[in-house]
Amino acid sequence: MKTFKGRVVAPGTVTAEALVSHGGLNTLASFQKALQFGDKKATCGDQNNPDLYGRQMLGKALCLPMTIGSTTGGLVLYCARAMERTPACMLFSRPIDSLAAAGAILADVWLEGTPMPVVDSLGDEFLEYVKTGMTVTVKEDGVVEVG
Amino acid sequence: MYLTDEQQAMLNGEQGEVMAKVMETLVRYGELFGAERLVPVTGKHNHLVTSFGLKMMTPVFDLMQKILDAGVASGQTFSVDPRPVDKAVPANFLQNFIFNKIMYATQDFYEGQLEKLGLMGKDAFTCTCYMDEVGNKPEKGDILSWAESSAVVYANSVLGARCNRNSGIIDLMGSIAGYVPEFGLLTDEGRKATWVVEVRTSKKPEAQLLGSAIGMKVMEAVPYIKGMEPWLGTELNDAACTYLKDFGAATASNGAVGLYHIAGLTPEAKEQGEALIADNAQVYVIDDAELQRVYDSYPVIWKNKDAKPKLCFMGCPHMSLEQLKSWTDKVEAALKAAGNSKVVIPTVFTAAPAVLAKFEKTEYAPRLKATGVITSYICPLMYMNNPLCGSMPVITSSNKLRTYTTARYYTDDEILMQITKGGK
Repeated sequence: MKTFKGRVVAPGTVTAEALVSHGGLNTLASFQKALQFGDKKATCGDQNNPDLYGRQMLGKALCLPMTIGSTTGGLVLYCARAMERTPACMLFSRPIDSLAAAGAILADVWLEGTPMPVVDSLGDEFLEYVKTGMTVTVKEDGVVEVG
Repeated sequence: MYLTDEQQAMLNGEQGEVMAKVMETLVRYGELFGAERLVPVTGKHNHLVTSFGLKMMTPVFDLMQKILDAGVASGQTFSVDPRPVDKAVPANFLQNFIFNKIMYATQDFYEGQLEKLGLMGKDAFTCTCYMDEVGNKPEKGDILSWAESSAVVYANSVLGARCNRNSGIIDLMGSIAGYVPEFGLLTDEGRKATWVVEVRTSKKPEAQLLGSAIGMKVMEAVPYIKGMEPWLGTELNDAACTYLKDFGAATASNGAVGLYHIAGLTPEAKEQGEALIADNAQVYVIDDAELQRVYDSYPVIWKNKDAKPKLCFMGCPHMSLEQLKSWTDKVEAALKAAGNSKVVIPTVFTAAPAVLAKFEKTEYAPRLKATGVITSYICPLMYMNNPLCGSMPVITSSNKLRTYTTARYYTDDEILMQITKGGK
């Protein structure tokens, strides 16, 4: 097991199976099917992301460098969380981008229900180490245990 | 973060729970990026990115209703991105049914909410709100709370306003509170260029291709671009502004650029010159070969790569009046040369309702109509963002549309040839 320390963007604790994207997550492209066409498993619909395309995102520990794409990204994450079609947590290797930050904070401030912990600045080594299928535990203080 | 007494009171709930949450959102958002204070929004109007009454947006409608019910709408009027549907745009029975009865069934409800929140007018739907005809053109130095990426990069770069690349809903929050966190592109330091781009092409580079190349290279950084004077001159006239509109949209969608400087042309570059370049800036040289490499790198994600195009979209972002006129001349001339009287691929030119209204009063409008080109206020991106249209072979010279949909990119000259003469 290896431990990484990041910054808490949205608090919470959770243990989940890792789903790793080495490229940026295009939020709109990835969640569109889940939100618009009733896919309750939140299957990633971004054809340009070979790591995630066709994989279930619901309930996973989504490990990624950053989000990319349309500036609707934050509201897409907000809607996904309101409809309970998000990963269990989002873990960023880099400092969080403004779109993902908006989604994480909007959801944390405005929505009731199960929180989605978000941690950033976990470092490049985190994304090199974690593999899809590994068990990931997020603790309150931004500590992430992998493996 | 330092807050004034007024801001602290808002955060503490003295203007109600909803305003307190708006402030909490802005403060937490700003703190993540090192903002030390909130600064007043000084732009006359806001602009919202969320124009579409999609069913998936129900949580956003609920949030807007909370704001309306609490009576905390700021009074700042706003424009909003283009409408997602327009009967003028070709669609079959099934597409029309899905658009109007399923996907955008809540469009009218949502537009009602927007009107109550402060929509500038019933036709204030465009991504190019900064056009003179639309009337949402910020002044140099204005602080904005916008989110539409193509409008943000234009306002920052061409108009010299100050706005971060915000997400949808954050744009609304800043407008309601009247404050935005000061970081990134709101600061002098954040507006310095960490990339120098040297353009050394043998002819005027295609705006959408040059923007794409720069966006993909510098991502979210600020580029300082040299070598454009022979192609754009030193004055921000209609032609230069139109070029920069398309160029900027490509930098913002193919990368995440929120601000660029063009040496000798854009306002801050004119004032400060190379003092805008940060120490140790990286250098990117663009020549003909580099543009060709970028063009060749675009994947074609049509199911049948050799399919005959069924639709052509021009105008993402929306076309300017100058573009509508110049394209009328080009289409007419190319049709004549090809021996055709009408375009051979259904073609839609999109522009802001106010720009279209002005165009309709010119002698160009009947001439364009005679070529078979359809004009519309639609958002091509929203039209394409569904499985029915996503599987259609659509062509475009918009690199933003290419990036977010299955539309295939061609240069302006190639598009002109395709719609007037045909050919794959």
